[in-house]
Amino acid sequence: MTDTAVTPSAFEAAHSDHHAHDTEHKPGFFARWFMSTNHKDIGTLYLIFAIIAGIVGGAISGAMRLELAEPGIQWLPMLSGEEGDAALHFWNVMVTAHGLIMVFFMVMPAMIGGFGNWFVPIMIGAPDMAFPRMNNISFWLTVSGFCSLLLSLFVGPGAGTGWTVYAPLSTYGEPGMSVDFAIFALHLAGAGSILGAINFITTIFNMRAPGMTLHKMPLFVWSVLITAFLLLLALPVLAAAITMLITDRNFGTTFFDPAGGGDPVLYQHLFWFFGHPEVYIMILPGFGMVSHIVATFSRKPVFGYLGMAYAMVAIGVVGFVVWAHHMFTTGLPVDVKMYFTAATMIIAVPTGIKIFSWIATMWGGSISFKTPMVWAIGFIFMFTVGGVTGVVLANGGVDDYMQDTYYVVAHFHYVLSLGAVFSLFAGLYYWFPKMTGKMYNEFLGQLHFWVFFVGVNMLFFPMHFLGLQGMPRRYPDYPDAFATWNSIASHGYEVMVAGMAIFFVNMIWSLAAGKKAGDNPWGAGATTLEWTLSSPPPFHQFETLPKID
Amino acid sequence: MRITGIKTIMIAAGLMLAGLGNAAHAQDTAPGVQVGNETVTAAASLPDPTLNPDGSQKMGESADIGHPIDARFGLQQQVTDTGIEAHNFHNYILMPIITAITLFVLVLLLWVVFRYRAARNPEPSKTSHNTFIEVVWTVVPVLILVFIAVPSIRLLAHQYKPAPDNAITLKAIGSQWYWSYEYPDNGDIQFTSNMLKEKNEVTGGQRFRTDQDGPRLLAVDNRVVLPVGRPIRLITTATDVIHSWAMPAFWMKLDAIPGRLNEKTFTIDKPGLYFGQCSELCGARHAFMPIVVEAVPEAEFAQWVRAKGGTMPEDKNAPSTAAPAQPAADTVDATATPAGGMGVAAPAGNTVDATTEAVGTTQPATGN
Repeated sequence: MTDTAVTPSAFEAAHSDHHAHDTEHKPGFFARWFMSTNHKDIGTLYLIFAIIAGIVGGAISGAMRLELAEPGIQWLPMLSGEEGDAALHFWNVMVTAHGLIMVFFMVMPAMIGGFGNWFVPIMIGAPDMAFPRMNNISFWLTVSGFCSLLLSLFVGPGAGTGWTVYAPLSTYGEPGMSVDFAIFALHLAGAGSILGAINFITTIFNMRAPGMTLHKMPLFVWSVLITAFLLLLALPVLAAAITMLITDRNFGTTFFDPAGGGDPVLYQHLFWFFGHPEVYIMILPGFGMVSHIVATFSRKPVFGYLGMAYAMVAIGVVGFVVWAHHMFTTGLPVDVKMYFTAATMIIAVPTGIKIFSWIATMWGGSISFKTPMVWAIGFIFMFTVGGVTGVVLANGGVDDYMQDTYYVVAHFHYVLSLGAVFSLFAGLYYWFPKMTGKMYNEFLGQLHFWVFFVGVNMLFFPMHFLGLQGMPRRYPDYPDAFATWNSIASHGYEVMVAGMAIFFVNMIWSLAAGKKAGDNPWGAGATTLEWTLSSPPPFHQFETLPKID
Repeated sequence: MRITGIKTIMIAAGLMLAGLGNAAHAQDTAPGVQVGNETVTAAASLPDPTLNPDGSQKMGESADIGHPIDARFGLQQQVTDTGIEAHNFHNYILMPIITAITLFVLVLLLWVVFRYRAARNPEPSKTSHNTFIEVVWTVVPVLILVFIAVPSIRLLAHQYKPAPDNAITLKAIGSQWYWSYEYPDNGDIQFTSNMLKEKNEVTGGQRFRTDQDGPRLLAVDNRVVLPVGRPIRLITTATDVIHSWAMPAFWMKLDAIPGRLNEKTFTIDKPGLYFGQCSELCGARHAFMPIVVEAVPEAEFAQWVRAKGGTMPEDKNAPSTAAPAQPAADTVDATATPAGGMGVAAPAGNTVDATTEAVGTTQPATGN
């Protein structure tokens, strides 16, 4: 303080001199990747982590499709190394792990941690996140959570509660430490996400470049802002619910035990008060990415920008008052069911606005079908398919039939595995040149899309038919009458895996030998700030804040 | 009014049980020494009408109703009124609408992809607003949703219509990993229902599944027998974790939750064999606790009830060991009770079979 006051000019000279080097001054390997405070490095860490978790979660679904390929139990004893009920329990462990990994350790880290960290500060013209060290601990808490989940497999029989961790199965029904570890994994990942959400909200509210008003913010930033609010409001409720599970399990409380005056349905209300916003947490950043990609490759500004932004706000707000549509068969009173039916259907309106606005953005455009655009168009259509089955499920009276059947499995895989994941691939191809400075292979990218598209549709579309014939979820074995569609679904998985192999070949080849990417490989349509920087961007960008007019 | 009605029935049934219990219990534990037993296999004095003399099931699965069918696209055929209403709502309102919306989006996408590809449209327009079209694509979906909501809410109201007084109550209790059933309106009938294993999975004379029992993973040892055409009040609960009593052909799924009683009503229109499966994750053998309902004509149901040592609610007027103690006058049965009086076997006359077969059940009840 006194130093700078005494010799301000000397300080400034030294400081600015330092700056010139600082943009490219990178710490050593360990300090850079394990103690990182750089939003781009942390974003990269999140993306690598999400890909690893995705491989684990995807491999588990492969084991499940293997078992479900034919009626009868064929593979579970071999996969689990157990016999009888223990082998069957392992099925539930796989169901649980697949759900938790894909939700908490694949989609969320990739969307919010990965692309959010990488591009929110750049898009608003900020040098970094508001709290760089908190950003770091958010990431490592997520990693710790993943480790805790993996440990749960080895400290007991594994958590076989489903990702919803319903009491009393998770309290009375699952002895051993496995469920405690799985719950602790959610605590850690949840804490990481809450810190991340605080970071994003602070960054977006306080660190926008001069002239970047809220109504000029890119839609991806809007989507992350809304997602961050959903995280901040929903995750503490989950934390409370699963803490009550912990105390019910270990310390003799009876929050969810009717024998002590508790109620198992209370847990479901708490869980889904978090769980429904959670599904929008997983898709909103994807909405943001798709808006950018569609605008870029149509060489047109986004159609109905304000409508798009406030449609997401509406989805976020209404998303908090529809939770009990996950509980239509729990014995809710008829007027409660009527309310949740009506409220749930309302969400279709802002979602429809988004779908039509994307199409209107393309309308009149000059569209080039680069890989990111192909994924984005695939997203729009597949998300529509998942959305309309959601309208069917929203009807409380109809849902009595579909609840807990494969129809629901098909529905949420269409909005997540074909919705959220398509948007993740779209975003990855879109920003790959910016993040790495190299171009991906266009042919392999297109091939990846078509093989994956065919695979996931083969995998998930027959599940609608299984659900309509009444096949319940979370079954390791099924009556022979479900054989045909299950067999097709398992073959669809094989096709999807082939698509993923193409993806990994493309990534490795492009990182090693990809063509050098220019600052803006996408041309005039790409108007957000990241395309004004070099590819990859400097270690620290916007030392001088950009002005937005 | 409804509550007092149920309460009356329950208290009356409970008091009757006190009298009936011993007789029924004696029948269960000492089948061989029953006087007047015609067949050795039948445990009760009356033969179970759903079983053949050799103990095998009379009714097998039907070709197309009550169970999933391979490679089908649509819903299972429905055999309840609300099920048919929901089925029609799904097939004739929801499916056409969502198919049309999906095709509409697909056609729009294909059109912009074709018409506005860079090769054909090198100069993009700069349009980014059109208030009219934005209002249209907000208002039209609202109208479509209102159009869906009306029959949807009506369906809910129908599904929640309370059970009438003559409903038969079925209590389904979920446990890891089987269902137990009680018929509180029909005396102390209660039994457990376990999945039947395959022939190669059982040891030493244990019962295994035959084709007559039903498909693999769906057949059970003791089926739920219910009457056709008479409302059923389903009550579910559970003893350990949450289970869910699901019957696709009835459009029925009701969670069985420990510490709670959930209630739903349905009426089966067609005799037949109906299969369902537990629909809430309940642990290792979640996939192996199926549900089987055998729907039979009401007369056969009454016969089955008596073979199981129970009574039909109509019979209450006849033995009426408990009725005089109950003041409730708002049920049909209760009004008839004072005339009957204690110990007087007055015929109820509600249905034909009730009068003709009342003798069979009044004997153990009054004989106690």
